[in-house]
Amino acid sequence: MIPVLGQVFTAPSIDWWALAPQLILLGAALLILVVSALLAERCPAWFSGVVALVAGAGVFVSGFYLWYDIRDSGPRSIVSGALSLDGFAVLFTLLVAVAVVMTVLVADAYLEREHMDSPEFHALLLLAATGAIVMASASDLIVLFLGLESLSIGLYVMAAMQFRREEAQEAAMKYFILGAFSSAFFLYGIAMVYGSTGSTGLAHARDYLNRLDTAIVDQPWMLMLGFALLLVGLAFKVAAVPFHFWAPDVYQGSPAPVSGFMASAAKAAGFAAMLRIFFVAFGQSRTDWSPVLGVLAVVTLVVGVVMAIIQTDLKRMIAFSSIAHAGYILVGVQAGTSEGTAAALFYLFSYSLMVLGTFAVISLVQWQDGQPLDRFEGLADRRPLIGFALTVFLLGQAGVPLTSGFIAKFLVIKAAVDERTWWLAIAAMVISAAGAYIYLRVIFAIWRRPGAVDEEGGEPVAAPVVPPASGFAILGAMAFTLVVGFVPQFLIEFARDAVPVLLG
Amino acid sequence: MSILAATGDAGFAILNWLILVPAVGAVVVAFIPRGREDLARPVGTAFSAAAGALSVYLLAVFDGSDPGFQFESTRSWIADLGISWHVGVDGISLFLVVLTGLIFPIVLAGLDPHGDPKPYTAWMLVLQAASFGAFLALDLFLFFVFFEVVLVPMYMLIAGWGYDRRRYAANKFFIYTMAGSALMLVAIIAVVSLSASDGGITFDLNTLAERQSLATNTARWAFAAFAVAFAIKIPLVPVHTWLPDAHTQAPTGGSVILAAVMLKLGTYGLVRFGLYLFPEASVYFAPVLVTLAVIGIIYGALVATMQTDLKRLVAYSSVAHMGFVVLGIFAFTVTGLEGGILQMVNHGVSTGALFILVGFIYERRHTRRISELKGLQKAAPVMAGFFTVVMLSSVGLPGLNGFVGEFLILIGSFATRRWWTVVAAAGVILAALYLLWAYQRVFHGAPDEVNAETRDLLTREKLVLAPFVAAIVFIGVYPAPLLDRVEPAVDSLITHIEDNSNYRRPDQPVVVPAPTQSEDTGAETGGEG
Repeated sequence: MIPVLGQVFTAPSIDWWALAPQLILLGAALLILVVSALLAERCPAWFSGVVALVAGAGVFVSGFYLWYDIRDSGPRSIVSGALSLDGFAVLFTLLVAVAVVMTVLVADAYLEREHMDSPEFHALLLLAATGAIVMASASDLIVLFLGLESLSIGLYVMAAMQFRREEAQEAAMKYFILGAFSSAFFLYGIAMVYGSTGSTGLAHARDYLNRLDTAIVDQPWMLMLGFALLLVGLAFKVAAVPFHFWAPDVYQGSPAPVSGFMASAAKAAGFAAMLRIFFVAFGQSRTDWSPVLGVLAVVTLVVGVVMAIIQTDLKRMIAFSSIAHAGYILVGVQAGTSEGTAAALFYLFSYSLMVLGTFAVISLVQWQDGQPLDRFEGLADRRPLIGFALTVFLLGQAGVPLTSGFIAKFLVIKAAVDERTWWLAIAAMVISAAGAYIYLRVIFAIWRRPGAVDEEGGEPVAAPVVPPASGFAILGAMAFTLVVGFVPQFLIEFARDAVPVLLG
Repeated sequence: MSILAATGDAGFAILNWLILVPAVGAVVVAFIPRGREDLARPVGTAFSAAAGALSVYLLAVFDGSDPGFQFESTRSWIADLGISWHVGVDGISLFLVVLTGLIFPIVLAGLDPHGDPKPYTAWMLVLQAASFGAFLALDLFLFFVFFEVVLVPMYMLIAGWGYDRRRYAANKFFIYTMAGSALMLVAIIAVVSLSASDGGITFDLNTLAERQSLATNTARWAFAAFAVAFAIKIPLVPVHTWLPDAHTQAPTGGSVILAAVMLKLGTYGLVRFGLYLFPEASVYFAPVLVTLAVIGIIYGALVATMQTDLKRLVAYSSVAHMGFVVLGIFAFTVTGLEGGILQMVNHGVSTGALFILVGFIYERRHTRRISELKGLQKAAPVMAGFFTVVMLSSVGLPGLNGFVGEFLILIGSFATRRWWTVVAAAGVILAALYLLWAYQRVFHGAPDEVNAETRDLLTREKLVLAPFVAAIVFIGVYPAPLLDRVEPAVDSLITHIEDNSNYRRPDQPVVVPAPTQSEDTGAETGGEG
């Protein structure tokens, strides 16, 4: 016991094993920073990448260990109620681990080609990943905010890392300012919720609302305002319309592997926080927030799809399509049921792999003037396997059966139908049909035979060099997309068992 | 479910192999190494023909007197959601399966893709597997999966091996169909979710169709969503506009498959998932669908008459012919439905053959404009002969297959939809008009210099067309073997509709002796009870 400011501070007992994922990532990040600073020029170029890869794999393994631990001894609250150790946290831990491994594999050749400093990149990636995991497991709004900031700050710098490109700087600046803006919204929301429930702890807030009678909260507007501000803050992070303006510029300007990480892990972390806050803590007030999320979902879908259709740059197109996918995930979230949450988790997991794979392919075809679509013409002819993999990712995002994307879409629509929100289900599906055009355009381009005569000509792409690490990552993501499309049962069970619980 | 599992998985599950063989073939073809592309077509044809042989074997061992599903096979797929791999065949799907089995190897062996043969063959095999799957699926989810998956290979075939406006045509084709099936997916989920019982949810077609637990209004909405999806696929006017573009821009092989197999998914879906799953709603909406069908018959024929492009003409004739099929289906008589199902096969055979012939003309003359073709009969008499037979089959000349189908449809629908039938009969005459006129312009007259050099059919090309002509004549002269196998299933389907709606099939126009009076009343009471 240590006396602090006259009070007795009792350090909480900490289950260090339960913190293994965060500790591994942090430790690896520090190791990279220290070693590369001390050895400087003598540090081998592969060092930071290998450490980051090992750390990602370590997190993956520890995630599995925790999964079985939770299954045997039940979910629990750790670090005196700051973090939850449940299936939900572990699912996101695994997802972040996969995203880290994929990003490291894909970035390897990219960093070399662009002459970028790999130790910094890898250290920032690991720190951002730590933040994402903290966000997913936080059961206190302040801890959640800490996670959000660690994730964001890492990403701000990573977006700007390609400092020779003007777009990268612009993108990073935009991302930083809008991100800081959204953090402020989020903080203000925390203050409102604290003001009306008397705690930043999610479990406490829930209990307070559960025994709510109107006499206690005489200012319901404050709680509503809190919901709204928290939602705005998180909607920024997941790039839901109308808080999406940063996404296209940032995805386009950032290095392709970083864009992939943003569209997968960072988006997933935002949704994890949204589910924790709204589904778990404020589930009682579902009627207050669910319609708002429903409208947000449809607006996000429409704007995402329409804007994606008119893009000519592939990265920007995928950025808008990623906004549209946030709309589908919101359809699952707004259901406010266990099925809806499981559907959103399934969607996040399968979409992350597809979008990581897509950006992995994009990073192979890097051009100084961006990635206009016609650079990808004839890709399937030059590199059949890569072309096929990109086709699988795109068809998956279009929601064509026998890919994980179809099952994901099916589950969120089912969640909406089960809640009888017909308008939302119908709107989402009709928009998805229009959205197919986004992906068909790309598929048509990559399968166009060079020299073929049709209404649009273009210079066929030179056969891109496929480094083994990238190729491995792309094929892995493709295998996952197809396997989940054919036999989705295991991932459905996984998502179902990971529906969050809140522990006091 | 347990009963199905018991009947299903014993021994050789032929239906699973029907789907698996072409699917495996597609993977094998995809892994043929670079430089050995010449192997793609023989290997692909072998796999496709193996599936075709299986389908013929299925025809041989099919029990024609059994109205129910045969050779069922059930395996749990996504247990959490009550989704299973459940396939089975009955009289309604049998001949579509055989058609799918036989037409793919012919197309693969006989028609040159004019481009990289390896991916072409692989996509064709994927298409064959998915088409089999769609005709055999007895689980709503499984059907939807196959119904959507067929789009991808077809898109690739049009986009990769089509003509100069293929990008537009392929995108239009994909998005039209996907928009329709989007609504169908919501309806499928709604049906499943609303008919959930204590035993959990199930996507099994038989269970849902027998349970009939939806409220009348809900079932009508759901049927409408299904009907939109199928109407786009068939296609019915006014959602037919993707078809002429897709047909015109697709490579010959793609057009043949599109007409022969893929359009049938729409009409087959109406029978299997419309009538069977929503009997009351089908009766309720029948006037709408029949009206659209008749409009399609007349409109398709009129627009076909005006076409300047031979392939577009055949495409519009498809709109008219598929209108007949829908008219037959929604006649709700055994004769009409039988005719509709037979006409699906007939249309596959004769329109498939027409597209092949148009393809041959294009290969020779590099144009499909009717005005640039003239007097081909002098230069290519054998081709003209084949064209005549196929065209007359499409017109509905007695003695050829088209006549049998259209005649049954008209007889069957006259009993229940007299005035629609009268108008539709006029469509038969129009078909004669546009096809004979086209024939006259293309084949008659004295050829100019360019047309005079048109090469006649090669042996390979004759061999491709021979099976089509054989089928045209065989079905035209002796349709009984087909109808005998279709009838039990159709009869039981109409009984199912009678059991679940206030529809009663019209009395047969046969003088019934007095003693059956009591039986009739008994059947009536039983039906209502």
